[in-house]
Amino acid sequence: MLVYLIRRLLYVVPIALAVSVVCFSLVHIAPGDPLVSILPPDASQALVEQMKKSYGFDRPIPVQFAIWLGKIAQGDLGTSIATSRPVLQEITKAVGNTLMLAFAATLIGFTLGCFFGFVAGYFRDTLVDRIAVTVSILGVSVPHYWLGMVLVICFSVLLPWRPPTGAGPGSSAAWVWDWEHVKYLILPAVTMSVIPMGIVTRTVRALVGDILSQEFVDALRAKGLTDWGVFQHVVKNAAPTALAVMGLQLGYLLGGSILIETVFSWPGTGFLLNAAIFQRDLPLLQGTILVLAMFFVVLNLLVDTVQTAIDPRIRRG
Amino acid sequence: MSRFSRRQMLLAGASAAALPSLRVDPLLAQSGGTQSGGTLRIAMTAADVPLPNGQTDQGAEGMRFVGYNVFDALINWDLSSADKASGLIPGLATSWKVDAADPTRWTFTLREGVKFHDGSAFDAAAVVWNYDKILKQDSPQFDPRQAGQGRTRIPSVKFYRALDAKTVEFISTTPNALFPYDISWILMSSPAQWEKVGRDWTKFLNAPSGTGPWKVDRYVPRERLEMLPNAEYWDARRRPKLARVVLIPMPETSARTAALLAGQVDWAETPAPDAIPQLKSRGFQIVTNVYPHNWTWHFSRVEGSPWNDIRIRKAANLALDREAMVTLLGGLMVPGKGMVPPGSPWFGKPGFEVKCDLAAATKLMTEAGYSKARPVSVKAIISPGGSGQMQPLPMNEFIQQSLAEIGIKVDFEVMEWNALVASWRAGAKHDSSRGAHSTNSSYFSQDPFTCLIRHLESNLVAPRGTNWGYYVDPVLDALFEKIRSSFDPAEQLAAIQKTHERFVDEALFLFVTHDVNPRALSPRVKGFVQAQNWYQDITPVTMG
Repeated sequence: MLVYLIRRLLYVVPIALAVSVVCFSLVHIAPGDPLVSILPPDASQALVEQMKKSYGFDRPIPVQFAIWLGKIAQGDLGTSIATSRPVLQEITKAVGNTLMLAFAATLIGFTLGCFFGFVAGYFRDTLVDRIAVTVSILGVSVPHYWLGMVLVICFSVLLPWRPPTGAGPGSSAAWVWDWEHVKYLILPAVTMSVIPMGIVTRTVRALVGDILSQEFVDALRAKGLTDWGVFQHVVKNAAPTALAVMGLQLGYLLGGSILIETVFSWPGTGFLLNAAIFQRDLPLLQGTILVLAMFFVVLNLLVDTVQTAIDPRIRRG
Repeated sequence: MSRFSRRQMLLAGASAAALPSLRVDPLLAQSGGTQSGGTLRIAMTAADVPLPNGQTDQGAEGMRFVGYNVFDALINWDLSSADKASGLIPGLATSWKVDAADPTRWTFTLREGVKFHDGSAFDAAAVVWNYDKILKQDSPQFDPRQAGQGRTRIPSVKFYRALDAKTVEFISTTPNALFPYDISWILMSSPAQWEKVGRDWTKFLNAPSGTGPWKVDRYVPRERLEMLPNAEYWDARRRPKLARVVLIPMPETSARTAALLAGQVDWAETPAPDAIPQLKSRGFQIVTNVYPHNWTWHFSRVEGSPWNDIRIRKAANLALDREAMVTLLGGLMVPGKGMVPPGSPWFGKPGFEVKCDLAAATKLMTEAGYSKARPVSVKAIISPGGSGQMQPLPMNEFIQQSLAEIGIKVDFEVMEWNALVASWRAGAKHDSSRGAHSTNSSYFSQDPFTCLIRHLESNLVAPRGTNWGYYVDPVLDALFEKIRSSFDPAEQLAAIQKTHERFVDEALFLFVTHDVNPRALSPRVKGFVQAQNWYQDITPVTMG
């Protein structure tokens, strides 16, 4: 197991290097001027060239990449061109906000997904089942940014129940877990939860149907267990797979969502990426993409490790 | 098989989905703050809070909401009237004059008794210090970001010094009667505060200090900037009436509109056009005014460009039904008849009238050897969006269809906004312009240089300036020189009018429209006067 773990950890190095090459290249291939945020549009080309030189953008791309990589190796993601703030500081703050949103969405998605899944599985091929399946298909299919706008129109504009944008009455820096702040979280979290809700619903429905068709359920009933008792057994059998699916969904949600965070002006990684793209803030863009990509690399490593610990056949393979 | 009751399950589901509370949020319902004077919350189009460092970023919006609110220039803009084009007025300088014997020498007399928000005095040394922060790279306070924003605006500043505590002398590179316009760009931040925060511009952002009517109370990057009134502002007429202003960046149009409709903000810049009827029906104010904004096609005049033929240029200008475009944009535009609207004092009396006349347009095209059956092909750079670009896709498609009617076949080269700006800087001959014959960038046109000179002066082709089309016209060059060398206001105005007349008579652009800068305000916002300017004054605003 230890050898396997070391081997997997070593795999991370070339993967991380490849990720950094890809994210650096993609950012530099895109057209536009990296100094757009600190120069007025009508700055002369001569001044642009002068500023490029002072920021090091006049150097060959491989040299810029080597310098960037060298700084990353020392834990320095660079400085935002637009704001002069350290990229790491910007990302840390945004990741915190995205985590909050992702966990809230996971909670809603898992709860509703399990509810609809169990209902659909239990009342299979009935109207209730069809309604639950429709809800799950809608959840997976509806563009979530569109849903976000619809929710804002319904619950912020037509019925002024929830604030449409922002992360608290002050700012995310002053976040506290009270109702005055949590209400800002509800609409974006609900919007973000629809996809995991749909996926969990479908998974749980299939699981419940499968479990209910097994012989041990008949045996339980034959022993005189009540419906509630049987249901508890079904839940216990379905829970590990449902949790595993939800865990994967959580991983996707932690990557943030540019569209949802932009629609709700939620200051997470998606909102940050959006700003970095429109401001052509290359260090911020590279840093954010790299951190998110590395997050997935680490997440995959963790999943592989846990799976290997559970199932030794994977290690042998 | 016995089962749970469906009704029980559905009721449980409904209860869970109802979420914690359905009551009306008191904060949203009340809107505004509790302090006397009230709180005004503004949703900006910017993606980030403009930097409160002095020479702010985020374009005109940054100058509008942070630049001219927290800071002052030696010369300010008069933003008090909605009915006339705004002009320059004394700011931190009470007067300025050019030396009759040496027209490169300017003397500025500074206002006495002005203090920065940190309590330190504003004087001539502070002016020199602020110009050094932009122009003198070896000065301790030199800030590349502020230099990037400011240096372009003062190309003719050659030398400056303090003659005494209240007098500053500037020397320009050449005689330049437009020098006061340049000076109006440079805003004064506090040297004492910069020292106090450890000579660090990043720390200065958290405790900014200028001389403007508003003081920064709280700066949260990417989320908000809160301002309090400067009760000791040197211009008593412009002391703020509100208790607090909150600036919130909301780049997404629908988010700004929803925030306004939900009562989360009181003021939304550029609301979604589709939402304007709904906003009006719910009592919101839609305020508009013409301002120095130009939406044109800037022609390439390099060899081989079809736009080198004046008949084609004039025909294109006569082919557009601008009134129909007004309808297309829901009334939110003023038809373009030149670089400035006809009501502007700079308009003059051009001989060529820009209007829709398809018969005249077709005749001109026939004379040029083209027709609908045998069209001339042009390639046009456009963008799908961008700062000040209004609704570029439907507008450009409208133009494409209109020009096709008279025998001009338009192929679009669609570029992302920042790529378009980069190609505009690089010039029509540059590879980034991809051989296009025109570019469509909305123009800030607040002073004679930005409105006229920078586009067509022969010595401002790339890389020195933004004469994108490589246009060369000795007559215009002489007129530009006349504008720069006319220190008498009446003489300068006459030169500007003659220049503008030539722009129109030669049909040097495809004149399409001027924006009207729509903004939506809550019915509670009172006293706002939308000046004919990119900048606006929020000091008279109150909350009803």
